[in-house]
Amino acid sequence: MRVTVIDYKAGNLTSVLKALRHLGPEIEVTDADTAPIERAQRIVLPGVGHFAATRRLDDTGLTPAIRAAIARGIPFLGICVGMQWLYAGSTEAPSHAGLSHFHQSCSRFPDCDQKVPHVGWNSLQPRDSSRLLSGVFPGEFVYFTHSYKAPVTADTAAEAFYIESFAAAVERGNVFGVQFHPEKSGETGLKILRNFLTCEAAC
Amino acid sequence: MLTKRIIACLDVHDGRVVKGVQFVDLIDAGDPATQAARHAREGADEIVLLDITATHEGRKTLLETVRNTARALFVPFTVGGGIRTAHDAEQVFEAGADKVSVNSAALADPTLIDAIGRTFGAQAVVVAIDARRDPAAADPVRDAQVFVQGGRKPTGRRVVEWAREAEQRGAGEILLTSMDSDGTRAGFDCELTAAVSQAVRIPVIASGGAGTVSHFTDVFARGKADAALAASIFHFGVSSARSLKQSLAAAGVPVRLPC
Repeated sequence: MRVTVIDYKAGNLTSVLKALRHLGPEIEVTDADTAPIERAQRIVLPGVGHFAATRRLDDTGLTPAIRAAIARGIPFLGICVGMQWLYAGSTEAPSHAGLSHFHQSCSRFPDCDQKVPHVGWNSLQPRDSSRLLSGVFPGEFVYFTHSYKAPVTADTAAEAFYIESFAAAVERGNVFGVQFHPEKSGETGLKILRNFLTCEAAC
Repeated sequence: MLTKRIIACLDVHDGRVVKGVQFVDLIDAGDPATQAARHAREGADEIVLLDITATHEGRKTLLETVRNTARALFVPFTVGGGIRTAHDAEQVFEAGADKVSVNSAALADPTLIDAIGRTFGAQAVVVAIDARRDPAAADPVRDAQVFVQGGRKPTGRRVVEWAREAEQRGAGEILLTSMDSDGTRAGFDCELTAAVSQAVRIPVIASGGAGTVSHFTDVFARGKADAALAASIFHFGVSSARSLKQSLAAAGVPVRLPC
């Protein structure tokens, strides 16, 4: 199994690489070269911080390579901002478009008396049909840190609740996204990463 | 439901975990990697490693200790002590930390907060504040004095205004230690914690004084803390994070269980 991890300088890759290595696949990291994307059997797009950081994917020419890999059926996992990039965009950087694999947009948690960002361990309500969350029970906890979130839709694989319901995970075909950090979510997180590594390609 | 976090803190001195009372009288409490793994296994939601001697001895954080500790740790991992520049922070992240905690260096040059946040995101920057109530101030709590260098040196900064500045500059969390309470096991300073937590929109981690379960329920309820940090109550087998969380759950505090 060969996993290509995309480095677009949005925060720190070390934790994601460490968790993947723990699970055993061969790992390549690319920040501009499209060849590792072309030969990937799995693609992981991590990322924390600002949505505008994803602009670098366009600037380096990685976006068309990712789009082509997804079209070939290569399983793709976006984490945190990497998940948000799968949508049309985010109100965090309105002038910058995402991949639009999912046509909705991400937005900030509404203002209220609760703190934003949403930081900490929150519980998941996975949908039964989710392959990414196979074996994850309702109420299992994962670690979040974010101020922007995706809406709940038919493609939502798991909901979480903070101020309102939002998409904690999304999946359609071979494209998966998680708003939380599986690499920081203990055994539950490792189980989710393992599901991603073992799911059928071209699914 | 978002849970209250229980954070295990490892104070590290010369590569060993230590614990003191009010920042002095250090006792050896084991190997950092072993202790961190044990706390995570026993239900700690997060691990903080503070190199408590780094600042005043001018040493860098022990990157090897960080690397060993991070290797098999799959919960959030914060490292502090001796981080003076964005480059220092970068080295700690590369060694496996998810967040860095800055204290003295941020007070000396607050733009350090902006610099680390810009590159690694606000979620990766924890601003640690060591504060002591100031009986001479108009408001002894909100105007608690901020100290640096392991509590040795007053800065003239006031806790609430400094926490607000840290937030504005892009801190993701505040780690607030009450120096009056630290190591006493007599309870957190709930008034101090509430004053800071209500003044900012980012999470506040309460630290200093944990001794009993009711201290934690208090700091979450009255202190408005988003997380609480404890060191000495875990180190010598007094309690595990799991048993603490089971008691907190029984008292109605939302915590991550099973863990």
